[in-house]
Amino acid sequence: MTDVNTHEHSDHPVTSGRLPVADVPHKPRRTDVDPKAARRAERQVAGMFTLSVLFVILFVVAYVAIPKDANVYIPVLGLVGAMNLALGVTMGAAVFLIGAGAIQWAKKLMPDVEVVQERHELASEPADTAEAVDQYERGKEESGFAGYKIIRRSLLGALALFPIPLIVLLRDLWVQPTDTPNPQAELETTIWRKGSRIVVDGSYAPVKASDLPVGGLISAVPENMMEVQEEEHTLNARGKAAILVVRMQPDEIRSQQGENWDYQGILAYSKICTHVGCPISLYEQRTHHLLCPCHQSTFDLADSGNVIFGPAARRMPQLPIGVDEEGYLVALADFAEPVGPSFWERG
Amino acid sequence: MSTVEKVGAGAGTYVDQRLGSNRFLKRSLSKVFPDHWSFMLGEIALYSFIVILLTGTYLTLFYKPSMVEVIYQGSYVPLKGIAMSEAYASSLDISFDVRGGLLLRQMHHWAALIFVAAVSVHLLRIFFTGAFRKPREFNWIIGVVLLTLALGAGFSGYSLPDDLLSGTGLQIARGIVQAIPIIGTWGAFLLFGGQFPGDDFISRIYSVHILLIPGLILALVTVHLMMVWVQKHTQFPGPGRTNNNVVGYPLMPVYMAKAGGFFFIVFGIIALLGGLVSINPIWIFGPYTPDQVSAGSQPDWYIGWLDGMLRTMPNWETAVGGITISWNVFIPAVVLPGLIFTAMALYPFLEAWVTGDKREHHLLDRPRNAPVRTAIGVMSLTFYMLLWIGGANDIIATTFDLSINAITWFLRVALFVLPPLAFVFTKRVCLGLQRKDRDKLLHGYESGRILRLPHGEFVEVHEPLDVKERAIIESRLMTDHAPLPMPASVDAAGVANKHYRVKRLQAKLSRVWYADQIPAPTMAEIEEGQHHAAHGALSEAPLHAHADALENVPFHGGVLHTPGEEKTNQEQLNDRGGHL
Repeated sequence: MTDVNTHEHSDHPVTSGRLPVADVPHKPRRTDVDPKAARRAERQVAGMFTLSVLFVILFVVAYVAIPKDANVYIPVLGLVGAMNLALGVTMGAAVFLIGAGAIQWAKKLMPDVEVVQERHELASEPADTAEAVDQYERGKEESGFAGYKIIRRSLLGALALFPIPLIVLLRDLWVQPTDTPNPQAELETTIWRKGSRIVVDGSYAPVKASDLPVGGLISAVPENMMEVQEEEHTLNARGKAAILVVRMQPDEIRSQQGENWDYQGILAYSKICTHVGCPISLYEQRTHHLLCPCHQSTFDLADSGNVIFGPAARRMPQLPIGVDEEGYLVALADFAEPVGPSFWERG
Repeated sequence: MSTVEKVGAGAGTYVDQRLGSNRFLKRSLSKVFPDHWSFMLGEIALYSFIVILLTGTYLTLFYKPSMVEVIYQGSYVPLKGIAMSEAYASSLDISFDVRGGLLLRQMHHWAALIFVAAVSVHLLRIFFTGAFRKPREFNWIIGVVLLTLALGAGFSGYSLPDDLLSGTGLQIARGIVQAIPIIGTWGAFLLFGGQFPGDDFISRIYSVHILLIPGLILALVTVHLMMVWVQKHTQFPGPGRTNNNVVGYPLMPVYMAKAGGFFFIVFGIIALLGGLVSINPIWIFGPYTPDQVSAGSQPDWYIGWLDGMLRTMPNWETAVGGITISWNVFIPAVVLPGLIFTAMALYPFLEAWVTGDKREHHLLDRPRNAPVRTAIGVMSLTFYMLLWIGGANDIIATTFDLSINAITWFLRVALFVLPPLAFVFTKRVCLGLQRKDRDKLLHGYESGRILRLPHGEFVEVHEPLDVKERAIIESRLMTDHAPLPMPASVDAAGVANKHYRVKRLQAKLSRVWYADQIPAPTMAEIEEGQHHAAHGALSEAPLHAHADALENVPFHGGVLHTPGEEKTNQEQLNDRGGHL
């Protein structure tokens, strides 16, 4: 093991200041020895800068001349917007050519000899450190920081507490509704009520039990979804109330979360994954498995919506359903457990 | 002096009289910067960040950070008449109705992807070459913070268009916040201003994305560069390069032209990408709604490993005494990333403690010369890559027709098994390369030319290393360091050593660090070896073939050829040995 300080390369003399490195074989470039090559490099660099100017002009022309909705077919790329293509290519070329020209200039015409500079130790000279310590000590003395114990302690206390208002002010990031005691109260309920009709998401048409075939799947919401959404101006209610309605042969249902929560083999489950809240949409009719596209948690809807694979820990909450007097599917109650991701106070 | 120069000189004097700037210029214009392709990685990060700032500023002029519901009336026909947030509508307007808007959006997104990639690879370069060692530990920490900020900037920007994909990302983020014990539920309500998705979040994350994070990045990048300036750039070993100098090109003119030119190259390539390659076509999936998602949802590449952890984690949850702890989310999404980034930030200090190395290092390590560090790096990369596979498990499953469950189970095991294997493998490779270096230094390199000696023996001609390669290999002589000595449990006076356990651990780790290192040859050995090869091999090899073979198996009978000599091997042989 050789220490860095004792080992000096006698055959690699170190030169200081702006001097070329000794002892490195250096081959002159063609531009160094052949004036013709140098002139050619000069023309290349100037050519690139000039072309850049040309592309800027083309950019402006393209901006003005090409209609916004024009498309153009380019091999490999396919059908693309003409404007975006023209602007990107002209701007890209204009900017790229400036860079390419500058680098060509540096590589061919500027000196290519590496030079040496000495490093200096980063640590301060002991004398400087001593002087700094002196000045600090004098300041400490003059301020009496060491002597006035009460001042020092009260100042530290004041400084420690002054950020409190800044933190308190963050409290109303959530303006808590007066009738909501705490956040979990909002997470534990949805807008499903006893008798809420189940309507198809999108068309908002109520669903007749007899119209849903075995193996069928519907993405659904409560009938009052639109009104609630317009009243609240948010998608909050939708984020909790969305459900999936599936129909299977009644004897295929191995278990469910409450007695007779199905209606003749029709089951309704929350659509919001209990892992981190992605809406679930992949349902395999044959196995009755439900797969979350985000993290691949898999649930078995024929078996109480239990987790059969993946990172989700809890089963999908089931919505008890039945039919009203007209034969339309309705909820018999709200969910019995909170939908969506777990949270601390969930219990 | 041209007119422009006269004006410039006048302005320079004007400024100098007020700021003393010429003193700075005097020192700086000739400042030397070492050259290496890998030093451009940091430059790419810086330049793509500038492009992000430029394009982002334009985007703020057209984007509306509002979740107010509007009916889309723009020129993208398939979405006409559909209710959506103003944020999404304005993002569509930028893409279809603002001329050049799509270009700016795509440039912004491409630049962001390149930025995070450049930061990541730059970090790997710093790690594997030991550039984080004293005196550059602060800059390493700043770099780690910059990486986390870059991830935050990317994620917050991804969330702004408020299309289906971005909203899904937010929903997952909300689920993660909610999984934090004790404060999670409140934290989520405060961040989102209530339930998910609420109507506050876009405007909040907008100010985070365009003010808070870029402000912090800009400030830290400035400090980062100032430190590089003050400490001077590290350099790779080479002829004339020592720990006490910098060898390279002066700022004015070569480095200025190269680095300045490179900015335009990066800018130009990002513009070309924005014009030619579609990225994040937000109009495809439509506006965000919390009850829809598309299959095969994928985050941007740099979030993939975090998503992979979420996907691979077993479904552990504890519900006891009225509370629920979601280990399945909290551990992979909060605890592990926190630990990983903390370990990364502390790494320079841990390594320095283990090696006991308190010297300044300006000459970069070759990865092979720090086998344990390199092995740790490859081990971590293996872990990262496996998580990446986890993040794409659905794509892999459908592409290769595999079972997602099988992939997940494979990863649950592989995450613990493959990284240690990668460690062992890498360390062995490094040691092998060290052996090769030692041989080269002692005996030159094998030229591949076989020479038949007059008495029938075949020998391979060894050529001496050129100046450059020799200097690179010899740099190891300057970096080697011995393991720390084992501490004594009691001192000479019989007083127990209070720090014995800690010191013993340190010494043990230090032994692991330096274990198996192939001893670098001493200068005497090198000279002896070359002398032997150059002058002795010819006459001694045939005579002492047996003894040589036992001593130096690989170089048995080596003949050193002096390059540049236009003589045939026979002529050389004759010159030197004659009697053969």
